[in-house]
Amino acid sequence: MHIGPVVVIDPGHGGTDTGARGTNGLVEKDVVLQVGKILRAELERMGYRVVMTRGDDSNPSYEDRAALANAYRDAIFVSLHVSSTGATGNTRAYFYQFPVPFQATDTSLLSNVVKQGSGTAIPWEEAQRPFAEQSRRLANLVQIELMHRFSQSPNAPTPAAVRNLRSVAAPAVAVEISSVSVSDPIALTSLSGLFAASIARGIAAFRPMPAPVPGLP
Amino acid sequence: MPRDLKIALGILTVAVAVGLISLRGLHRRMQGLAESQSSDEKARREVLAPEISTPSDVPQGTKIYWAAGEDRVTATTVELALSADPVQRGKQVLQALIANTPTAEQRTVPADAELLAFYILSDGTAIADFSDALSSETPSGVESEQLVVDSIARTLENNVPTPRRLKILIHGQEAETLAGHVDLTGFFDLNPPNAAPQAPAPSSAAPTPSAPSSVPAPPKTLAPGGVPKPRR
Repeated sequence: MHIGPVVVIDPGHGGTDTGARGTNGLVEKDVVLQVGKILRAELERMGYRVVMTRGDDSNPSYEDRAALANAYRDAIFVSLHVSSTGATGNTRAYFYQFPVPFQATDTSLLSNVVKQGSGTAIPWEEAQRPFAEQSRRLANLVQIELMHRFSQSPNAPTPAAVRNLRSVAAPAVAVEISSVSVSDPIALTSLSGLFAASIARGIAAFRPMPAPVPGLP
Repeated sequence: MPRDLKIALGILTVAVAVGLISLRGLHRRMQGLAESQSSDEKARREVLAPEISTPSDVPQGTKIYWAAGEDRVTATTVELALSADPVQRGKQVLQALIANTPTAEQRTVPADAELLAFYILSDGTAIADFSDALSSETPSGVESEQLVVDSIARTLENNVPTPRRLKILIHGQEAETLAGHVDLTGFFDLNPPNAAPQAPAPSSAAPTPSAPSSVPAPPKTLAPGGVPKPRR
């Protein structure tokens, strides 16, 4: 029996949606898939259960990606991205910030809800709202790990409206590394392991794996 | 080496050289064509979108927010004649944001992007409708896309006091994202100056009068446990 959270890794883009493209042949969808697979191996080695929103060159919708995470009661969602600009190795963790309390004047949204454990319903479009503080804390811990290994990175996470995060009913962050515009692709791809390890350490700081219970498999 | 073979090799060498020269010429012509298309686009925009002026225009120092590095915008004060009418004023400052960028490094909104429409609804929602170039020519990435949104929102909020939030449309339609990352399905709050960068609140207002937005996120089926079923 598995104990502890399920980490949902979301390599951005896929299929015909390449994401950022470099003139050197690098495309975001491929780099994030590579990072995602390394992150998966690292987290599984640490004892986490891991699922990925895509493990190949497919492109699930934003809603399908969120729905995968929302199917678990105890999930952590990490969306992976690569920018098209910026100094190589600059890394940022983002959390979704809702600036204004939602006023549900549009009743059509009421049929489109996610129910929380307490039975209260929230609109699908703002499923992330109740997790905003947890997401900020997760992003902060991931950013601290990134800052230690990538010196050009900021020391605090950034609020931004990353589309992949909005409908996720779980602590959720997006992590972006710069960039596909490097002159030599190896300069970026060689950072994949360090990038993934930093994210894994941030997740472990946020939700350490519980100690194994004697007698359980 | 037989004479025939030498002749054949000579002809082949000449043919390869001619081919390479032709390819270079073709490449230069394609580059020139692309540049002239971009210039044509700018010239067309200047003809179709003349400077906005109204009888109430008053020259004044105007804060326009351009890039100051890769991840933040900062105000530059420029002298602009601004209308007393909020809608015209909004158009004027957004056009200045696009057209009057001091340097290439400070540019946020792509040069080929065009403000197609700007209006303010009675509930205080500002609608800024841009051409496709806003989406297709903004560098893809959370940081670069957020920079564009911040520059538009902060330029508006510092110069047009009426609207309380902003909706960005692409060619009259609601877009899922700006260039693959930043959410455009909701609204961006327009706050007082020096506010932190804002993320959009989910859509809840009435559709825009001239460009009704599609409703994102189809209803989800709820599993018995209260969480939606993944559609697999």
